Amino acid sequence: MIGPNDTNGGIPAIAFDHVSKAFGAKQVLRDVSFGVRAGEALCILGRSGTGKSVTLKLIVSLIKPDQGKIWIGHDEITHLNETQLSRVRRKMGFLFQDAALFDSLTLYENLALPLARLTDKSPREIDFVVDRVLGEVGLAGDKRKMPSELSGGMRKRAGLARALVLEPRILLADEPSSGLDRITASEIDELLLRQKAEHKAALIVVTHDVRGARHVADRIVVLDKGNLLAQGTFAEIAHSESEIARNLVTE
Amino acid sequence: MSNVFETAGEVSVFGFQAVTDLFRRPFEGEQIRRQLAEIGSKSLPLVIASGFALGAVLTLHTRSTLVTFGATAWIPTVQALAFFLEIGPLVTGLLVAGRVGSGIGAVLSNMRATEQIDAIESLSIDSFKFLVVPRIVACTIALPILTLFLDFAGLLGGFASEYAATRTSFQLYVTQSFSSFEWSNFYAPTLKTAVFGFIIGTVSSFLGYTTNEGAAGVGRAATRSVVASSLLIILIDVILIKFIFFIFPESAL
Repeated sequence: MIGPNDTNGGIPAIAFDHVSKAFGAKQVLRDVSFGVRAGEALCILGRSGTGKSVTLKLIVSLIKPDQGKIWIGHDEITHLNETQLSRVRRKMGFLFQDAALFDSLTLYENLALPLARLTDKSPREIDFVVDRVLGEVGLAGDKRKMPSELSGGMRKRAGLARALVLEPRILLADEPSSGLDRITASEIDELLLRQKAEHKAALIVVTHDVRGARHVADRIVVLDKGNLLAQGTFAEIAHSESEIARNLVTE
Repeated sequence: MSNVFETAGEVSVFGFQAVTDLFRRPFEGEQIRRQLAEIGSKSLPLVIASGFALGAVLTLHTRSTLVTFGATAWIPTVQALAFFLEIGPLVTGLLVAGRVGSGIGAVLSNMRATEQIDAIESLSIDSFKFLVVPRIVACTIALPILTLFLDFAGLLGGFASEYAATRTSFQLYVTQSFSSFEWSNFYAPTLKTAVFGFIIGTVSSFLGYTTNEGAAGVGRAATRSVVASSLLIILIDVILIKFIFFIFPESAL
């Protein structure tokens, strides 16, 4: 298991160290520990409501854990202030489940916003980067469109483009294939894998799509009711002690 | 009852944070410009049409009464004082609370429900400063300007009504309108609408930004924004009128 103190193969890009989180009386995560290295793809598998999306939000520090520590590289982020968090978040790109594109901005403006706010790039450089990233996801001709004019698959690709625009070292994807047909879902998976390969990014994908996970993941983590049931490669999980985890990967 | 005070406290802290954040970099000039266009320019047709209709109707009513006393020459004066002192500021406040308040509540709660606010935060952008502060600033700036448009549209409506009845000249109507007018009748009530704008922006943004009820909360946030903003405007209006009379005694009729 890759943990915060495991330097075998370098410092993990992300490490959860005995993390727990509850919302009111509902315990969403219980004592969860795992890690991901740069250039590695980890899929978090589990049924709906098992704490998968919460795990991603904890990584970006949109919510704080009740217990445990979360490491992003050398930074333990649970006690960082907003300024320090801002520096850490710039290493990450987040593809939200429904893309979460800004409704009132064009596709171009959605991508240009983080570049204009967080970098010193000139307007011409921003144009260049936006065009390049939109080209990579196959939306070069759609930059003047509003999000409402895009199909589900296009929105996902646009969300991915926004996540990639700052060239993140950590890429987080929440249900990237949900609501998409198999072909479009595979296209999104390929884009994620390409980002991992070209930029040596650490990739964490939350999904309940086992077929997609098989295609993308180097390792998987299986969550159920907030508990981490098993982690490892698909072959390892298929022989794990947890029946739920075995059934999930062999379905 | 304790809930009401708790919410009032939270809204006050929310508004105070917006004021302090306004003077912190980055200054969000582009966002303020966008919101001014959305809140100000797009409210203009409604405000002008309402003012014109109100002016015409008010003149019809006052004429039928003043004719009895042979005081129809006072119609422009009554009209101007009524609009600039109270009708203009209050009606503009309520109209904007309806159009803009509901919009702000719905937009922000929808952004919360669809994770757009989370997306902004994940991009290292302060969502409060980016989304809330420009809306409150735009409302505060736009309200006095919109009020002036409604005031003058009301006068124009009154003139149209008078012209239809007596063929009075525009120059005479305007001269009579401002014959008993003090400067404080003009700027004090107009500037008080900046407070109305601040209330609409703050209350609506608070209800939209802090909602946590998913898609179902969008409609509720919009409705609550209109109701709370309108009620507060009416209550604060009473307090501000007393305050204006205290500062500018000459403005009391």
